[in-house]
Amino acid sequence: MDSIQIPPIDFRLIAPLLVVTTWAMVLLLVDVFAIPANRKKLTGYLAIAGLVVAGLVAIPLWDVSGSTFSNMVVLDRYSLILTWIFLIIGALTITMALDYLPRHGIEQGEFYPLIMFAVAGMILMAQGTDLIVLFLGVELLSITLYILTGFAYPRLTSEEAAMKYLVLGAFAAGFFIYGIALTYGAVGTTNLALIAERLADPAAETNQLLLLAGASLILITFAFKVALVPFHMWTPDVYEGSPTPVAAFMSVGTKGASFAALLRILVTALPALEPFWLPVLGMLAALTMIIGNLGALSQTNVKRMLAYSSVGHAGYILLSIMVVSERGAQAFLFYTLAYTLTNLGAFAVVIALEQRSNATWSLDDFTGLYKRQPLLALAMAVFMFSLAGVPPTAGFMAKFYVFTTAYEGGLGWLVLIGVLTSALAVFFYLRVVIRMFMHEPQGELEPTLDRGLSADIAIAGGLTLLFGIVPAPIIFLVERSLVAAGG
Amino acid sequence: MDFVLFFLTAAIALAGAIAMLVARNAIHSALFLLLNFGAIAVLFLLLQSPFLFTIQLSIYAGAIMVLFLFVVMLLGAEQVEAAQDKLPWQQPLALVMGAGLLVIAVITAVRGGSNDAPPGGEAAEAFGDPASLGELLFTEYLLPFQITGIILLVAVIGVVVLNQQRTQAQSEETPGERPSSSVQP
Amino acid sequence: MLGSFLPILVLFLIAAFIAVFVITVSSLLGPRKSTPRKLAPYESGMEPIGAAIRRIPVKFYVVAMLFIVFDIEVIFFYPYALVFRELGVPGLMAMGFFFLVLVVGFVYEWKKGALKWD
Repeated sequence: MDSIQIPPIDFRLIAPLLVVTTWAMVLLLVDVFAIPANRKKLTGYLAIAGLVVAGLVAIPLWDVSGSTFSNMVVLDRYSLILTWIFLIIGALTITMALDYLPRHGIEQGEFYPLIMFAVAGMILMAQGTDLIVLFLGVELLSITLYILTGFAYPRLTSEEAAMKYLVLGAFAAGFFIYGIALTYGAVGTTNLALIAERLADPAAETNQLLLLAGASLILITFAFKVALVPFHMWTPDVYEGSPTPVAAFMSVGTKGASFAALLRILVTALPALEPFWLPVLGMLAALTMIIGNLGALSQTNVKRMLAYSSVGHAGYILLSIMVVSERGAQAFLFYTLAYTLTNLGAFAVVIALEQRSNATWSLDDFTGLYKRQPLLALAMAVFMFSLAGVPPTAGFMAKFYVFTTAYEGGLGWLVLIGVLTSALAVFFYLRVVIRMFMHEPQGELEPTLDRGLSADIAIAGGLTLLFGIVPAPIIFLVERSLVAAGG
Repeated sequence: MDFVLFFLTAAIALAGAIAMLVARNAIHSALFLLLNFGAIAVLFLLLQSPFLFTIQLSIYAGAIMVLFLFVVMLLGAEQVEAAQDKLPWQQPLALVMGAGLLVIAVITAVRGGSNDAPPGGEAAEAFGDPASLGELLFTEYLLPFQITGIILLVAVIGVVVLNQQRTQAQSEETPGERPSSSVQP
Repeated sequence: MLGSFLPILVLFLIAAFIAVFVITVSSLLGPRKSTPRKLAPYESGMEPIGAAIRRIPVKFYVVAMLFIVFDIEVIFFYPYALVFRELGVPGLMAMGFFFLVLVVGFVYEWKKGALKWD
């Protein structure tokens, strides 16, 4: 046989991914060999350093674009901005966990490399232009999260959460791989750009029915991953049971990465199928916004409330995804960034109030918080306002951006539902604020604010306010993002 | 000839799968699953893929089967206990919906003409051949191949992390406390 | 194509035949005089204590899991072995990275003591 040529590889294009994965592997060994059991925080700091390095490596790539590995991955500004968002998510999660883990007696050095592997999976989902790579990205992220969800064993709720997530996630993975198989049978390729090409080519004998079946199965997978109604049942239970930093990570990380991949699939591969998926996604978005927010309304457990709120927010993000245009992608990026900062901040406050002995995450814990910890209460108020979409916060700008984009994109009725459910959502977000400011403190609950948490809340809160008041730089950034086809 | 072989193997695979579901003894279930795995392996062979045949036998029928048997023995769960079903309406509903899914799948397969080759054209002569698989693995699918390695590494970490002994004092709750297992609205 | 697998089929048939043959013959020819003592589970000549079916330690499971993971990794070596000459040095480097990841996992679990029995 003749010699086989491995196609040329441009390592620059996957530099952040490469840095994160190799750093995580080295860190794993460093953690086992060099870091004593009582100094595991050091591993955390090293992990943050790795994420920062990856972020810095990505900066010179702003003007670089292209695809490599036989068009399996692409680097464009869209994926680059997402990469930064994911790195921020990873770093903030680790900061939250630094003191949380030892405080709850579940500290193990592997936590930090695992977060890095999850971030690597997310970056892969942002960069992948082939269904196979997207699948592997989803799996890398999911398998890591199964482990992290069960990290607090032998606490039963944690084991229960991991089990539920694993079983349902395995089904979703099965759907995904079956969808890929059917899609391949229909169009003869798994490359996103090639799929669109084959669909547009009248000479190619694509199999419409098989493609529809395949596309539906793929949609179901992502609907499960981002928790769209009616695929959201697992969310409250899993968020409640998993260690709180992991829940925070999942609520923003899985959602951001899955939506990123979904957007790329819809924009690059399946624009021709828009008459099919637009009404389907429209129904899902409407249901998600309504049921997510209604579900949050009745919760007295703040962690569950945030879980339902994340379901509702998935509906809003879906609105931006459905507008298959550059504007839609920009609105998606802005919303993801705003939602990331806000939600991570809110979870950090929840962690501050979480007691090891009695973790109920009850709304009562927030009663009179202003009297006890005015700054913490103020920060929580900012996050709640931002989640509700009240100015002058990033959440308001993001919602505004998404709603105008969706309206211009001809999704008027969905925008109407979005606005109505947002108004509804204000009620339960404000309930927390009123509890904090209007009531006298009761009970003995003393918030634990370590350095990592304080930094987290300060960064998240500051940026949430900053992007709400001065959104121009971020809009400038996202407006220059282009979703490259990578064909 | 191929056709007869296919129907025979497919029938065995289906029979194995159904028997696995209805068997009362978990060990029997596992053995029926083994039958199913074997039949599937032959199906791969009929699809001209000797490599998948080998993998199916060594990984699924070999390693994963052993794992299943370990789990059964680990839990001492050979006999099915008649547990009380908390959601009795779920099973008939699932049956109906599963049947619906089956109908859709059959219609898709029949109407979709899934016997046609994908638009990329007929499969190459050497398709499924281990050597051409190796070539693809190192050229077009190099990145997925490497990511697979990393996913497996994460799996190793998971096995080790989740099996580490942790003293009860470190846990947050006493294990006797049962969490609510139902999905609350 | 399938014809080349005929020997394997023959092998399977012979194996199946031997299994069936041995069981049938021994059930036909063997004497069957069961007494309660004969039907009791054999426990090294002792009186049986407790049930024969009992839980096995979780350690088996850990080993089995790790075995599967490495089994899957080894599977990737077969196709490589068939084309490594044609791939040359770049292929060796690609495989080297894959192998490195595998070794990281192995060293990690060794150091963690996951391979120790107690």
